[in-house]
Amino acid sequence: MLPEAIEAMTQQLGRVGNASSLHAAGRQARRVVEESREAIADALGARPSEVVFTAGGTEADNLAIKGLYWAREPRRRILISAIEHHGALDPARWLADRQGAEVELLEVDSHGRVHPDTLRAAIERDPESVALVSVMWANNEVGTVQPIRVLASIARDHGIPFHTDAVQAVGVLPVSFADSGAQALTLSGHKVGGPMGVGALLLERGVTPVSVLHGGGQERDVRSGTLDAPAIAGLAAAVEAAAKGQQAQAIRLSALRDDLIRRVRQAVPDVILNGDPVDRLPGNAHFSFPGCEGDALLMLLDAKGVECSTGSACSAGVAQPSHVLLAMGAPAAAARGSLRFTLGHTSTQDDVDRLIEVLPAAVERARRAGLS
Amino acid sequence: MGLRVLAAMSGGVDSAVAAARIAEAGHDVTGVHLALSANPQSHRTGARGCCTIEDSRDARRAADVIGIPFYIWDMAERFQRDVVEDFVAEYAAGRTPNPCLRCNEKIKFEAVLDRALALGFDAVATGHHARLTDGVLSRSVDQGKDQSYVLGVLTRQQLSHAIFPLGDSTKAEVREEAARRGLTVADKPDSHDICFIADGDTRGFLAKRLGQEPGSIVDQEGEVVGSHHGAYAFTIGQRKGLHIDRPTADGRPRYVLSIEPVSNTVTVGPREALQVTEITCVRPVWNGPEATGELSVQLRAHGEVYGCRFETRDGEVVITLDQPATGVAAGQAAVLYSGDTVIGSATIATAA
Repeated sequence: MLPEAIEAMTQQLGRVGNASSLHAAGRQARRVVEESREAIADALGARPSEVVFTAGGTEADNLAIKGLYWAREPRRRILISAIEHHGALDPARWLADRQGAEVELLEVDSHGRVHPDTLRAAIERDPESVALVSVMWANNEVGTVQPIRVLASIARDHGIPFHTDAVQAVGVLPVSFADSGAQALTLSGHKVGGPMGVGALLLERGVTPVSVLHGGGQERDVRSGTLDAPAIAGLAAAVEAAAKGQQAQAIRLSALRDDLIRRVRQAVPDVILNGDPVDRLPGNAHFSFPGCEGDALLMLLDAKGVECSTGSACSAGVAQPSHVLLAMGAPAAAARGSLRFTLGHTSTQDDVDRLIEVLPAAVERARRAGLS
Repeated sequence: MGLRVLAAMSGGVDSAVAAARIAEAGHDVTGVHLALSANPQSHRTGARGCCTIEDSRDARRAADVIGIPFYIWDMAERFQRDVVEDFVAEYAAGRTPNPCLRCNEKIKFEAVLDRALALGFDAVATGHHARLTDGVLSRSVDQGKDQSYVLGVLTRQQLSHAIFPLGDSTKAEVREEAARRGLTVADKPDSHDICFIADGDTRGFLAKRLGQEPGSIVDQEGEVVGSHHGAYAFTIGQRKGLHIDRPTADGRPRYVLSIEPVSNTVTVGPREALQVTEITCVRPVWNGPEATGELSVQLRAHGEVYGCRFETRDGEVVITLDQPATGVAAGQAAVLYSGDTVIGSATIATAA
């Protein structure tokens, strides 16, 4: 967590008060929540009334996708990119399995980009039947940044609500809700250096999804549950700090990442860089190492003090070929031999040097162990 | 500098304590849970000891308490091919396989060991109850829990990269130690049954895989006395579940004497006809010291031990028992011991 976020959150932890109560302590909590709402709105180009607090990114995605689908019934089609995070993909699939939705996965190119033509063609097949469109701002695995403004405007032309999961983008890329043209935008606390278990859905005024959680209706009657004032204060402090430092951080991380990519390519000449070579998250470098299993390479690097990640694991913890890479057309073997290196605000040149020092031997060893 | 050791962690108490012991001895230990099922169930049902998501979480939790890195290796394809398919094929051929033994031979000490060595590990440690001293395998001090039988098929080469840290302890001591170390699996029930047959219904599993194939049950004279739905459903020495309406002339029970998969015939007869003293075995593995002194042989897991002598003929091993044994099934391993020390093993082909 960013120091600013820890400070803001811990200041609140000792205080009592429910932001919905009318007594003095309640009013105090309410003030913290509302100031946080204003700060987040200000940092992200939104109005305060457009900020709906949730218990994290997954809840915000669920509210946007299920809620907008239900609000737009009897329209049945959900257009969603094939490379979404499970937080967005799984609610859509659940709607298909249980609620009669027709989920159409929008294809991506080999860099993981959704082409505006792809979305336009999908909508124009039958614009009246589309309940919503959801495309993430930037991909969590391969780092590809989507042409959100263009995509959102295509949906808007047809009067279709557009949701974007911007969990990876907020604080890392310049994000303005108003400029994006999206009707709903997901953000999450821990990805911006704030606390875990808190997030928000930015919702354009007049857009009203059906609730997923029912109860006191604390947030615009769309989301119920007592607000977690300390976490919200931490979230706001993190969003503010990240947005303020975003440009400088992006310049620093992009330079570090470009150095990492160049030197990994030198060290392992047949390595494949995944994702868009230009429009990618500043701190993201994602590779396929031919002939290696990602898991084995991760274990060898971890033993040398380098922490990285493979795509995703199933519930039993078995590495699965990433649905993102498969959607980008990578063969299953290449998908299994993939690793992501993420640079953040604590990453330094030393970290990159250390990786380059231990990588060649680890790759050689992982190749000997082969793809089992 | 200690060894780099891969500890295979099933999620049970034995492998957790085994990993803790070698870590404490100063070795560089990494815990690995083997995912053996392509579609694991989320929770244990019955007495299965591995393969569920709950088990993999138990293993991860134990690794965290011990303070070692932990990974999950996907061995489902190899397990399906080398253990499950082999199990079905052996039954179809009228033999009685032991899948735990096959798993040690082909998965833990072949697929996993090979990969571990390639990745720079020196050895694979498991929680088996057996002693291994200077590459020589012998029975656990806990005779009731001894697993040297299911390890008897390993080659010298495989044993040279194995570590069994529990051989000098009883199961009760292992459980006590687990509790002392704060390992939450201390009181987890022992596993038994076959891990890939969730409900324990082996016949049902085989029927699903092999289909129904009606055939005859005959007596020793060849007279048909009953019928069955597939010869694979029978095991040598089996008495129950034959469903023969006609009693024998002398009223004594019938036992399965032999299974003939080609003609799909099961032969039954009196208990005496099951008794054998000469057992011919194939594919011997000599992994222990020279045979000296009193020799004995074990013919199935947790089975009786028989005094014996043996000779090798054209790559086969002919074992002569001091006392007759019953229910000796082709496909099982015969593991030869000198005292408590394993000399070698071979697969039972015929018995007379």
